[in-house]
Amino acid sequence: MYPIVARQDLAPVTKLLVIEAPEVACKAQPGQFVIIIVEEHGERIPLTIADYDRRAGTVTLIFQEVGKTTRLLGTKKPGDELFAFTGPLGLPTEIENYGTVLCIGGGVGIAPVFPIARALKEAGNRVISIIGARTKDLLFWEDRMRGVSDELVVTTDDGSYGRKALVTVPEKEILESGEPVKRIWAIGPAIMMKFVSLTSRPFEVKTIVSLNSIMVDGTGMCGACRVEVGGKTRFVCVDGPEFDGHEVNWDLLMERQRIYLDEEKRALARFEEMCPSCRGEQH
Amino acid sequence: MPKERIPRQEMPRQAPEERRRNFEEVALGYTLEQALTEAQRCLQCKKPQCVEGCPVQVRIPEFIGALRDKEFRRAADLLKDKNNLPAICGRVCPQETQCEARCVLARKEEPVAIGRLERFVADWERQNGVRVPPKAPPSGKRVAVIGAGPAGLTCAGDLARYGHGVTVFEALHAPGGVLMYGIPEFRLPKDVVEAEVEYVRSLGVELRLNWVIGKIKSVHELLEEGFDAVFLGTGAGLPMFMGIPGENLSGVYSANEFLTRNNLMKAYLFPEYDTPIKVGRKVAVVGAGNVAMDASRTALRLGAEEVHIVYRRSRAEVPARKEEFENAEEEGVIVHFLTNPVEVLGNEKGWVRGLRCQRQELGEPDASGRRRPVPIPGSEFDMDVDMVIMALGTRPNPMVFTQSAGLERTRHGTVVADENTGRTKLERVWAGGDIVTGAATVISAMGAGKRAAADIDAYLRGEGNQVWWVEPAATAAS
Repeated sequence: MYPIVARQDLAPVTKLLVIEAPEVACKAQPGQFVIIIVEEHGERIPLTIADYDRRAGTVTLIFQEVGKTTRLLGTKKPGDELFAFTGPLGLPTEIENYGTVLCIGGGVGIAPVFPIARALKEAGNRVISIIGARTKDLLFWEDRMRGVSDELVVTTDDGSYGRKALVTVPEKEILESGEPVKRIWAIGPAIMMKFVSLTSRPFEVKTIVSLNSIMVDGTGMCGACRVEVGGKTRFVCVDGPEFDGHEVNWDLLMERQRIYLDEEKRALARFEEMCPSCRGEQH
Repeated sequence: MPKERIPRQEMPRQAPEERRRNFEEVALGYTLEQALTEAQRCLQCKKPQCVEGCPVQVRIPEFIGALRDKEFRRAADLLKDKNNLPAICGRVCPQETQCEARCVLARKEEPVAIGRLERFVADWERQNGVRVPPKAPPSGKRVAVIGAGPAGLTCAGDLARYGHGVTVFEALHAPGGVLMYGIPEFRLPKDVVEAEVEYVRSLGVELRLNWVIGKIKSVHELLEEGFDAVFLGTGAGLPMFMGIPGENLSGVYSANEFLTRNNLMKAYLFPEYDTPIKVGRKVAVVGAGNVAMDASRTALRLGAEEVHIVYRRSRAEVPARKEEFENAEEEGVIVHFLTNPVEVLGNEKGWVRGLRCQRQELGEPDASGRRRPVPIPGSEFDMDVDMVIMALGTRPNPMVFTQSAGLERTRHGTVVADENTGRTKLERVWAGGDIVTGAATVISAMGAGKRAAADIDAYLRGEGNQVWWVEPAATAAS
């Protein structure tokens, strides 16, 4: 069992949990993920590592409550334990000094972009970051992102905070401004990563995205997470999760993310029925 | 001893029409009377051939003799002297090609049902209390076993009995490997696996779950951190696909995914368990090995109206156990021989709507000795299915090899190891099971685990061959 040592509510549906897992913390690197099971009968879900503290032996996870499993996870507090916690999985981000880089985080994707931006900054890059969300309530870690960025742009779709724009608007402006951006990282919903990639394509700036496909084991055993990159089938869990966004077959990825939509709805409805108080926490 | 010929006792089974819709065990096991009657058929040979046919050399006539004499406890002890996982082996071993194939009776009549008797004795012990056998005094040596499947559990159990400290590292959240994720409940109930894993644990083996070696630690780090030896038993878990168009459509599963969802994650109990699974109305399973049988029979039980096995060779080449193939056919699985998929067809939503296949004919024998299927031009036709499960075999998972310089691998991704000892090219690292052979059987993996445990024990005690690696050519010359 893996104890939860801290919790922070970043937004009504966005939660942060700090998990005690010294061996994972010891090996974790930016870009990697873990597979967790919340309770014994639960499903295995991948979550990208938001932060880690090798000395304290902890790993930080940030997640948005969208379905049954993440809603249940959202009920956990310090003193509770996770049934399973496996990692660090996937290949780490290729960190080096590229010169100027652009880091884009959308919604809950701000969490995994943070350790990448930090490592890039530490490697000597000039880091420009864009973080965005649908609305003000879904934004978090603006201060932390500012701390590891030379420049930070904040956007909301509805204009409730920062600039009223999608992240692709400042992305395009920065690329057009003549900033010598050598590489872009974009993490967020698939649709956002698709459009960030489409925006950067004419500028021929390599764009790395972190794909969040459905997984079971997370170790290359099942192939649930397969995606098409550059016309070839790849497994997100072992070949990724980071890929060249210009090569990803986005429509296939999004279709495969929807395979269990009906079951997800059913599980969530059942969860809400059995746990009326959980519904109360939603806004 | 009665002189009249006693017929081989049939195993009671659930009727096909009943079992095809439930996940309960198909074969129900012998009654006491049946077991005692069957035990009487054993001739108690002085030089038992059956033992030679067993990869772990179970003391077959001895345990059957004890059973015949109703000395159940002694029968169990004799059985477990060589086999740490008898209730599993009694259910999933291909006895018909191993021990039972060597039975003297088989020359004239049907062989003794050794597997069924093994199962009976193991089940008796599980119901009447498992006894922990004596162990050698502690050696002070520590061994890391990677993977809690058949090879790893066998190796770990034997090493513990030899007196070594053993830690098993398992990537998944439950021990058992393919016994948990691959083989369905209706063939191997998971409480049977759990009980036998518990027995291995009771020998003093420490199990660490959720540890992915190659990620959280490398093999070299384990050796540096105080393990005297490492045994790699990570199996062959990497699923193969055909590389045909449409294979990534929604509704195309690898058998590994389909079975892992169902068996390990218990998706057949959704929503009591959280992992979902889809089942088509009409399902095509590509391949005809044991995994294909498991996948097709699982699809039926999940509610598929029709399940079709698509196999490019003919009935004579079917690699599945005869019994499992018959079970599948009895349950209503439709088999298409000499048929090979060339494309998975999708609808506008990215879901499977059909499988385009091509008829085959048998040509000259190929490298495997089986006649090679040759496509018949112009014979393409579309099968009306809405789900496809690829059961084409698996390869070793490369993950364990991360940062493991010195481990030599073949072009098939298997690790190079001495067949008799399990020694790899990397000193103090042994390997056995599917990681060495490619996908094979539970019992062959157990045999490899057992041989490696014996060699590890000898090596750590400074006995046996202390020269780590001898090239095969040099062995022949000596």
